[in-house]
Amino acid sequence: MSKQIVLPFGPQHPVLPEPIHLDLVLEDERVIEAVPSIGYVHRGLEKLVEKRDYKDYVFIAERICGICSFIHSATYCHAVETVMEVEVPRRAEYLRTIWSEYSRLHSHLLWLGCFADSMGYENLFMNSWRLREKILDVLERTTGGRVIQGVCRVGGVSRDIPPEELARMSRELAGLRPELRELTRVFEEDITVQTRTKRIGLLPKDAAWDLGAVGPVCRGSGISSDMRSTGYAAYDDLDFKPVVKSDGDCYARCLVRAEEMFSSISLIEKAIDRIPGGDVLVPVKGNPSGEFYARAEQPRGEVIHYVKANGKKNLQRHRVRTPTLANVPALVKMLAGCELADVPVIVLTIDPCIGCMER
Amino acid sequence: MIKKAQSFQALSPAELIQSVQTCHDEGYRLVQISCTHDGDNYELTYSFDRDLALSHLRIRIPPETAIPSISRIYLAAFVYENEIADLFGIPITGIAIDYKGTFIRTKIPHPFGSPQVVKAGSKTEERDE
Repeated sequence: MSKQIVLPFGPQHPVLPEPIHLDLVLEDERVIEAVPSIGYVHRGLEKLVEKRDYKDYVFIAERICGICSFIHSATYCHAVETVMEVEVPRRAEYLRTIWSEYSRLHSHLLWLGCFADSMGYENLFMNSWRLREKILDVLERTTGGRVIQGVCRVGGVSRDIPPEELARMSRELAGLRPELRELTRVFEEDITVQTRTKRIGLLPKDAAWDLGAVGPVCRGSGISSDMRSTGYAAYDDLDFKPVVKSDGDCYARCLVRAEEMFSSISLIEKAIDRIPGGDVLVPVKGNPSGEFYARAEQPRGEVIHYVKANGKKNLQRHRVRTPTLANVPALVKMLAGCELADVPVIVLTIDPCIGCMER
Repeated sequence: MIKKAQSFQALSPAELIQSVQTCHDEGYRLVQISCTHDGDNYELTYSFDRDLALSHLRIRIPPETAIPSISRIYLAAFVYENEIADLFGIPITGIAIDYKGTFIRTKIPHPFGSPQVVKAGSKTEERDE
């Protein structure tokens, strides 16, 4: 048996935009065990809820993450609205759905670019991010913000999208589809991508379930779990079907995200076709009293926003369980037995968002 | 929007392991563990999912009371249990991967252990209501 050594991976590493640390126990070039450490940038944002008005706190909830920011604010609002029994206008629910799917599109394109970069595929990285810019342009045009949209409110949304803009978005999505097809074709067919991802970082279906994996990580292992199936916001009207692959390797997780972009385009198009008229915001008076666990599907998987209130303007507790935290145990399983050179690729396939995890 | 009901079941700490084992045997996925203040006590909620429906098991414990880890049943629990131990200071025994207080690096120990924000080296801040 070769001598075992412990190799520190991170918290600063070229493939990691944010700090997470892994102690890799190696035998030659093979990883025997990986022990993760987090908490380098923990901000304690949840604690701020005791000091802020529950309506103002929407803006803090949105800043938990700079990628899936909109979905954080929408899920927090959903939790508070449920506690207060606020009936959100249907048009606002459609708008939240549209912006959520745009967030998923730009997040998946960001991930595809980073994933290509982790394999040394610079050209693919640039093409992914070039397309992502088009999505960010739409978010900026319709909300005023590229990263932080700031349009969610308790009781609806603060901005409407006029019919001419919805028509323009529909036209642009039709033009985006062939470009995305060309991009994802490379991920699906390129021999370099396949060599670096097939049969690498295996996570069998039963292990994914046991370890509580969520999002594309569990769907890449054959589990059809997607919170959009619960029908929150306007998803109950949009005939949503999760994208599922069964191989459980890095390639399967990549394909799930690639196909989900087309699913997102389809959902946005249906939402634009079916969006009803009416108000987008109802006035909310009083303070919440009660508790609720709201769930939504972020680009990285299921997110939970728990709120507990006692009738004051400050909530007693806000707890966020982010998908990256839920996927850490699955990552430990994927890394055991892999080659050292595959570690960056495997780590990226959970699409780690440390900002979310260290909320 | 479809609204799904969520069920809560209150337990004593002694019943926890058996109830979690039952959830595991019945095919539930561990979704999360959360901790909140409940007066002078703590309230821990264990959430499980099956067929997209959420069920919660809940225990109430006084401060400094040790509770058993469920990570021997659901390994994924180690992240939530280490987090609760580090942020709230609740002793959890038998965690499968126990970081012994180093999972979340905090400037002050157990920053969520008090219901109000406390700055390092200062007295408790007043809540600005």
